[in-house]
Amino acid sequence: MDQPATPNSFRTGPDEQGMFGIFGGRFVAETLMPLILDLERHWNEVKNDPDFRAELTDLSTHYAGRPSKLYFAEGLTKHLGGAKVYFKREDLNHTGSHKINNCLGQILLAKRMGKKRIIAETGAGQHGVASATVAARFGYPCVVYMGATDVARQSPNVFRMKLLGAEVRPVTAGHGTLKDAMNEALRDWVTNVEDTYYLIGTAAGPHPYPELVRDFQSVIGTEARAQILEQEGRLPDTIIAAVGGGSNAIGLFHPFLDDKDVRIIGIEAGGRGLDGIEHCASMNAGSPGVLHGNRTYLLQNADGQIMDGHSISAGLDYPGVGPEHSWLRDSGRVEYVPILDDEALEAFKLTTRVEGIIPALESAHAIAHAVKIVPAMDKDQIVIVNLSGRGDKDVHTVASMLGMEI
Amino acid sequence: MTTRIDRRMAKLKTEGRPALVTYFMGGDPDYDTSLSIMKALPGAGSDIIELGMPFSDPMADGPAIQAAGLRALKGGQTLVKTLKMASEFRAGDNETPIVLMGYYNPIYIYGVDRFLKDALASGIDGLIVVDLPPEMDEELCIPALKAGINFIRLATPTTDDKRLPKVLQNTSGFVYYVSMTGITGSALADTGKVAAAVNRIKGHTDLPVCVGFGVKTAEQARVIGANADGVVVGTAIVNAVANVLGPKGEKTADPAEAVATLVSGLAQGVRSARLAAAE
Repeated sequence: MDQPATPNSFRTGPDEQGMFGIFGGRFVAETLMPLILDLERHWNEVKNDPDFRAELTDLSTHYAGRPSKLYFAEGLTKHLGGAKVYFKREDLNHTGSHKINNCLGQILLAKRMGKKRIIAETGAGQHGVASATVAARFGYPCVVYMGATDVARQSPNVFRMKLLGAEVRPVTAGHGTLKDAMNEALRDWVTNVEDTYYLIGTAAGPHPYPELVRDFQSVIGTEARAQILEQEGRLPDTIIAAVGGGSNAIGLFHPFLDDKDVRIIGIEAGGRGLDGIEHCASMNAGSPGVLHGNRTYLLQNADGQIMDGHSISAGLDYPGVGPEHSWLRDSGRVEYVPILDDEALEAFKLTTRVEGIIPALESAHAIAHAVKIVPAMDKDQIVIVNLSGRGDKDVHTVASMLGMEI
Repeated sequence: MTTRIDRRMAKLKTEGRPALVTYFMGGDPDYDTSLSIMKALPGAGSDIIELGMPFSDPMADGPAIQAAGLRALKGGQTLVKTLKMASEFRAGDNETPIVLMGYYNPIYIYGVDRFLKDALASGIDGLIVVDLPPEMDEELCIPALKAGINFIRLATPTTDDKRLPKVLQNTSGFVYYVSMTGITGSALADTGKVAAAVNRIKGHTDLPVCVGFGVKTAEQARVIGANADGVVVGTAIVNAVANVLGPKGEKTADPAEAVATLVSGLAQGVRSARLAAAE
């Protein structure tokens, strides 16, 4: 903790029941309840344990390559002609995204708990690759559940996971995307309760996952805050991150939540527009409900059935969001706005051209919002965008959007 | 306060046999067929009916019940229609207990107070909501008990003696012992272990203990029923429906008849359970 909690701090959640206001909680089958309580007990033991922290810091430094750089995006800044734009370079981490931060933390936790087997869910495959990576590093068998649709459209990541020794199980139930992969991972966990650790990839699910994933990802914001103070001598005016489940966003946002003058913006996948059903903007166009162990904003119909979203970015293609984001939305501390597929694609192309950086399509959503607001800001203002991952994985998707075959 | 479940369990106790608890998916494959299945259950020997509320993301269910739920949703089933189905059944049968089983979100979206009011009016006696453990009792369990509806809790092999009192605290009607860790429809666990677990739970409560997950045949129902107060069959019934549906969902035989045939066999199993135990 880099500052004491004040009475109106936004950083004190969740409460002992795992709630952020009305959001969060532990909505799981009884079979899993003892496991989740056990996880919570171990998490409470390690979270302030200096030995655990030291081991994680050592791995973060020498294995993952932290701290990630805070890069002044001069080309984009000149192009936009407004505030100075900085990128937090999570794309430079080992495995190419912020996902490794969480996976390193959780694999150490699994080791402490004496678990013998790792399971994970993945959408685009970034979390699957990061999970397979840490499982390989620590010698665990690893099963990754991935929707059959995603397996087909993210074949390079499927191959990577297999190279790393993981077993990738395609999920044909439902519509074969991230939501269905998560259902199937939960079914595995409920079956293999004795030896299995469920390595959830985003800041969602039953308590304590949203808290522990956030804490492992908060290294992003903690570093960025110190780096901008060092490089600019002051805090940024605005910080922006894309929100699917929301782990990179909560990781950037959390250390800034009590800096009241910092405007915080989360970007949802607007897909083909919020009028129809082809988007994943659960906080702009959804309503609170209960799925995957927590209460949060969801895309659902009037009968409480969960809808399948759409996004050009497989990593944002999830009909829910982490519960802390839902609470930050309702409390008004963070603004959540949608960015369309086309806008993200333009930002993807622009960043590649003026910065020589190919961003992940997820991150391109955040950049797209910067493109919108930065020109109207003063030149001495500062915006930090979380470049959560690199875009190599997305070149096939982008090519097909542009009508090219590669 | 006694409910239809309490009365039915008390009656079976005097008869000296376990209850046959039958699960089917409301609205599978369509409303009318499903209602005809429900109406056929008591005559075939079902003592308690579990009426499944379909949900798009049934995280504790195996492939059979997942598919049944999707068929029902595709057929236009909603929670409103599931409650209507219960009340249509209730118009012709005021004795057989009905337990709604499913996941919390559709109830949450319907509105808890409105749901409890409408459930009572539809003749619902109990609720099994898979994703509401005791830690979340304030959500629905406490309001349901106040409204006079039984809240039936699942106890599992991972529910140890330390946790069992917490699980049993607000449970009423009966305790549903899940015979194994896993999803619905998996292979039946070692029956000796199940018997030991049932006895362990009985050491903590006077409530009847019903056992489910994995019971598919009359023989299994007989063996489990020797020790438990009830035997729950779900996946086998859902499969009996699926088996008479063609590739495009068209009916190749009468699903209600298929279910009734299966349930009659299971009913013979539970009726010979204590006989077998006495041998």
